Amino acid sequence: MEAKDYIAYRTAQELKDGDIVNLGIGIPTKVVDYIPKDLSIHIHSENGILGLGPTPQPHEIDKDLVNAGKLPVTVLKGSSYFDSAMSFGMIRGGHIHLAILGVLQVDQMGRVANWAIPGENILGVGGAMDLLEGAEKVIVTLLHTTKKMESKIVKDLTYPLTSLRKVDMIITELCVFETDEQGLLLTELAPGVSLETVYRHTKAPFRVQDNSVNQMTGG
Amino acid sequence: MMKMKEVISPKQAISLIKDGSSIMIGGFGLVGCPLQLVHELCQSDLKQLTIISNNLGEPGKGLGLLVENKQVQKAIGSYFTSNKDVVHAYHNQEFEVELLPQGTLSEAIRSGGAGLGGFYTPVSVGTLLAEHKEVKEIDGKDYVFEKSLRADFALIKAKKADKLGNLIYNKSARNFNPIMATSGKIVIAEVDEIVEVGELQDEEIITPHLFVDYLVLNGGA
Repeated sequence: MEAKDYIAYRTAQELKDGDIVNLGIGIPTKVVDYIPKDLSIHIHSENGILGLGPTPQPHEIDKDLVNAGKLPVTVLKGSSYFDSAMSFGMIRGGHIHLAILGVLQVDQMGRVANWAIPGENILGVGGAMDLLEGAEKVIVTLLHTTKKMESKIVKDLTYPLTSLRKVDMIITELCVFETDEQGLLLTELAPGVSLETVYRHTKAPFRVQDNSVNQMTGG
Repeated sequence: MMKMKEVISPKQAISLIKDGSSIMIGGFGLVGCPLQLVHELCQSDLKQLTIISNNLGEPGKGLGLLVENKQVQKAIGSYFTSNKDVVHAYHNQEFEVELLPQGTLSEAIRSGGAGLGGFYTPVSVGTLLAEHKEVKEIDGKDYVFEKSLRADFALIKAKKADKLGNLIYNKSARNFNPIMATSGKIVIAEVDEIVEVGELQDEEIITPHLFVDYLVLNGGA
């Protein structure tokens, strides 16, 4: 399994039956294809849909049916459409149980940056700030390092902050961190990944849960 | 007798607009964007426009072309990054940008149409987008004040209208269109089909006709 697919698969294991879930652009979009079959999950899309289904086959594509990443989607029975103001009312109003977002950086406390890169013109924010503010729980998914092998999990953000709110869980191809008052807590290693590898690729201090971390198998 | 909504051509629609007008344009990317009206806007000599829209099209398509033509003085929206030509034009200081979180943009349009002056939102507190904005503590939590938005014109896209101007939309092509219908002073709806009054069921109508001023039939002359 490729790194991004593993992250999407692992993230899908966090879903609970009946959850209302918003999926961000990038890796989170892939989560929809890994939802455990026995769960009934209602996926919210910020452009005004509740009830997304799996990625469509080419013949099923409808140009008026896209997700927040403007990619074609399907809907399940019981889905609904609404305007953008109502959609963001759902988000800010606390009606979304879980937001799964892609990010550029996470800091030692679990705060994130995902909307602007210093030195480049800032021309986009989309729904990221609203989702971080309003979702009951936030999981962020990211590749652990950049293409230059620099850690995206850093002591202090060097990219502009998206929200003062800390995320609840960070899932990468190497491991899972949860956050608490003191910062990052390593709770799980991906299959075949050692604790040493995580230390080597992480530029933020973190604690290790009870000195015994859950090692995932398979994948 | 019932007063039916006037059906006009895209050219007639755009001729109502003046240099320096503010225009809301519906759509999430190209989905739900009134492309025929935008095409006509790009063909016009109108300039110094203020455009309020979530995105600015794609390179060479939709509202992207309006920026390339240097017809835009200011753009207010949430996500312009996906059009590289727009990013390039901004870099060359060809137009001004006001960026809002998408929920703030949509609420500013909604509240403008509902007659409110503004609102307090917790979104963007402590970030670059809240700089120079009033922050107020309400019940122990910080909120940023955001002004409502209104515009001289709203160009929207609907699937179907009846002759009175009631509108229904198609799937996720609804997005910003119903709220822009409420906050444009003159609202022009581009539609794929116009049906007799009564053919749209009262329970299915999303935008009641009182918000709509003119209809433009997609593919019509």
